[in-house]
Amino acid sequence: MKSTLLKIIGAILLLAIGVFLGRQFFSSSGESTVPMPSTMAYRNAGHSGDTTQVAQQKEFSGQIIEVRKGGSIQDAVKNAKPGDLIRVFPGVYSENVYIDKDDISLQGVVVKGEWPILDGKKKINDAFLYSGNGILIENFKIINYKGNGIMGQAGNNFIIRNNWIIDTGVYGIFPQYGKNGLIEHNVLSKIADAAIYVGMCDNVDVLHNEVFDSVAGIEIENSRHCLVENNYAHNNTGGLLAFVTPGLPIKTAFDIIFRNNFVVNNNHENFGAPGSTVASIPPGTGILIMAADDVVVENNIITGNDNSGITIVDLANGDPKANDPNSEGNPDRVVILDNIMFNNGNNPTGEIKALMLTQLDSKGPDIFAYGGGTGSTIRDKNRYRTFGLDNYGPALIANTNDIKTFMLGAPVPPRSVTEKELGEITYYGVCAGCHAFGTTLIGVDTQIIQEIYMDNPQGIVNYITKPLNLREDFPEMPPQNYLSDAAKMAVAEYILAMTN
Amino acid sequence: MKNKITIIKSSVSTLLVIGILLVLFTSKNSDRYFDIQQLNGNCPPGFKLNEDNECIAKNLYQQYDSPNNQGVGGLQTGLPSVRDGFTPQEIDLGRYLFFDPVLSLDGSVSCASCHDPNKGFSDGLPTSVGFKNQKLVRSAPSLWNVAYLTRLFWDGRANSLEEQLEGSLFSEDEMANTPENLLETLNNIENYKHLFAEAYPKRDKNKDIELPEISRALTAFQTSLISLNSKYDHYVHGHHEALNEDEIAGLNVFRSFVARCAECHTPPLFTNQQLAIIGTPEPDGVALDPGAELPFHDKTLRGAFKVPSLRNIANTGPYMHSGNFTTLREAVEFYTKGRGHAVPEGEDLRIHWHIWEPDLSGVELDRLVDFLKTLTDESFMPKIPDVLPSGLNNAINQS
Repeated sequence: MKSTLLKIIGAILLLAIGVFLGRQFFSSSGESTVPMPSTMAYRNAGHSGDTTQVAQQKEFSGQIIEVRKGGSIQDAVKNAKPGDLIRVFPGVYSENVYIDKDDISLQGVVVKGEWPILDGKKKINDAFLYSGNGILIENFKIINYKGNGIMGQAGNNFIIRNNWIIDTGVYGIFPQYGKNGLIEHNVLSKIADAAIYVGMCDNVDVLHNEVFDSVAGIEIENSRHCLVENNYAHNNTGGLLAFVTPGLPIKTAFDIIFRNNFVVNNNHENFGAPGSTVASIPPGTGILIMAADDVVVENNIITGNDNSGITIVDLANGDPKANDPNSEGNPDRVVILDNIMFNNGNNPTGEIKALMLTQLDSKGPDIFAYGGGTGSTIRDKNRYRTFGLDNYGPALIANTNDIKTFMLGAPVPPRSVTEKELGEITYYGVCAGCHAFGTTLIGVDTQIIQEIYMDNPQGIVNYITKPLNLREDFPEMPPQNYLSDAAKMAVAEYILAMTN
Repeated sequence: MKNKITIIKSSVSTLLVIGILLVLFTSKNSDRYFDIQQLNGNCPPGFKLNEDNECIAKNLYQQYDSPNNQGVGGLQTGLPSVRDGFTPQEIDLGRYLFFDPVLSLDGSVSCASCHDPNKGFSDGLPTSVGFKNQKLVRSAPSLWNVAYLTRLFWDGRANSLEEQLEGSLFSEDEMANTPENLLETLNNIENYKHLFAEAYPKRDKNKDIELPEISRALTAFQTSLISLNSKYDHYVHGHHEALNEDEIAGLNVFRSFVARCAECHTPPLFTNQQLAIIGTPEPDGVALDPGAELPFHDKTLRGAFKVPSLRNIANTGPYMHSGNFTTLREAVEFYTKGRGHAVPEGEDLRIHWHIWEPDLSGVELDRLVDFLKTLTDESFMPKIPDVLPSGLNNAINQS
């Protein structure tokens, strides 16, 4: 027994010595790795799983509302309740559809190649605006809007797929302030800013889209945990972008993967609006990383981009705007893994052209880095024509195969408040303007309400909904019918349970 | 009957006059304090009293999440973090101080002179009037919902309400006081000594009033000014009938990426609390206000101002930092007249990227104004004190 234990300890010791000696003798001393800041784990929020679908907790139990040629999609949205599906049949719908409800699905029905078309006629601002959670928009052809094809302001768990979007103004698909979203199989063109723009979001997958003839193809801005994979970005001014823009309330962009995309011939002249961020992108930009951190560029085919294949810049050089003291402007810990790159930089412009001339080179590089930033790495640097990558150490990973998606395994749950909390915030947030416990303000003392409606919360609910002026010495109470039924009952119960 | 009422009315007003005279007389000649109410032990509306005698903010937005906890997003988005936890007594003491002109050097200007509750806690002027009636260079920002703000003053130079209010108290142009003089004044008013002792019961009640106590009480009162129950809010919470068709059309123009209003005036507070250079015109003959360039010592911030909240905006005209726009219509029209159209020649401002040429129609501008008017809610209006502890007259109308 004793000897077995000794043998085991001996084996462990031998192994440890072996590892130590191996590290001493075989570690490479030629290229040093760039130290990683210990404060931030490397791609710490990665989520692996086998599916890119949003997990649905509920079976479909809503109503199906159909919209046919000549009908109004907005009227259907007005009638829809959370959980409902709106099916839109072929026809031309010139409207601005806004969805301020949760869990509404809008589904175009394509019949023998005929699509339901939203046509803004260059007069209407946006085709779809949503603020609710759990919005799905699919199978629409959207053309000629002034602002956006599809824009979300807040709204988690969104799915935007299979849409065909042409010339919808500033952006094609633009979720903002959303968490857990999927943008896939959309075809977008002729957009004056970014065809797909993920702004101030978290956990979004952008997969299998075609973006072309636009100023920017796909832009990930001030967003975290985004996977951009299997997209085809061609003939834009810039193909794929990861940005930090200063002056926004959410300040960071990190943990972004550009993987398995075609980034080809992005040489379109820049037709961005003067002053916009993308207006300064030089034509011929394949991938542009500006101030974003922890961006991985892996297994893309990046060819025929006339300025440079991949450009990595800090804010000071990339897009000088008014300074934001709370915005960190250096691209840190960029990781460039294997990519197919050739035929880039055939016709460089602006700064890249000038800088390359200092190297006696008239072509732009495959990879161009300029300005601040630390901790960036590259795998197999020798295969590319590069500029400014002297500080890049060898990559510490070979691939990101363990990351299947950045979407969450289950929908982001809505913030849940208990009935008591709902009653409390309703009482103090609304009722307390006129009522107090033990004191008379504008309205009756809450204690008196308690005495009148003891064991009768429904009585309070009825009164809130339709007040009757019972007392000459008090002003008439305005109906509080904007409160939801749940809030009315919760506040009634809360009032009846109050003790001070 | 009519005569009787007249008699009562006139006798009441006579009594009032006598009362005020008595008050003035006693405050000047006696150490005795006159009959002023004790501090209110209840929290103002919008707050719940906890076991530690602190007022904790409560509102319907607490049902919602907020992305990255920044308090910006869409309709059903939570608010930014709030400055709360003051005692009811601190808040009530702050209310007296706020309306009391004794805080200024010569007893002529109170906080409420420029932040008048009857005028949306602003003053209705293009730019405010300060000490000795001098015209100041910027307009008075409204104080509704300042509990949620992290940057104060138009140029964003203060990061707390204490810093802000001490800036105004001790600015030669505004209230012109000095810390020494203010403390001496208040410590010589028995009423205030009494009220401060009540609001700060943990310290020796005979101790002198100190500046941090004054600042904290004024801060406490200002953080109690909550406006979150407008027609717009009713819509947000799901009552879609709260807004009419025109107002909803305005909301949609507001949040569209054509007009882009909501990009900086982001719900639910209608500000993203950033500095922005938008290039609004100064009044005729006035040089360009460098804004945040000065306090931040940063030329790239020339002409930058903090994005103001739009809540109660209909009650707080004229608009912009120097009040150059009288109406909301003029204010919204500015944004469609072209990027940098009002920037003086020779100035090279880094105009914000959202300022562009959205080409809004007259109808769209009208709808925007309709929408902005739905952001009004003054249901939690505090009571203006009838009598001030200093015995001075309240400088503003009591309504």
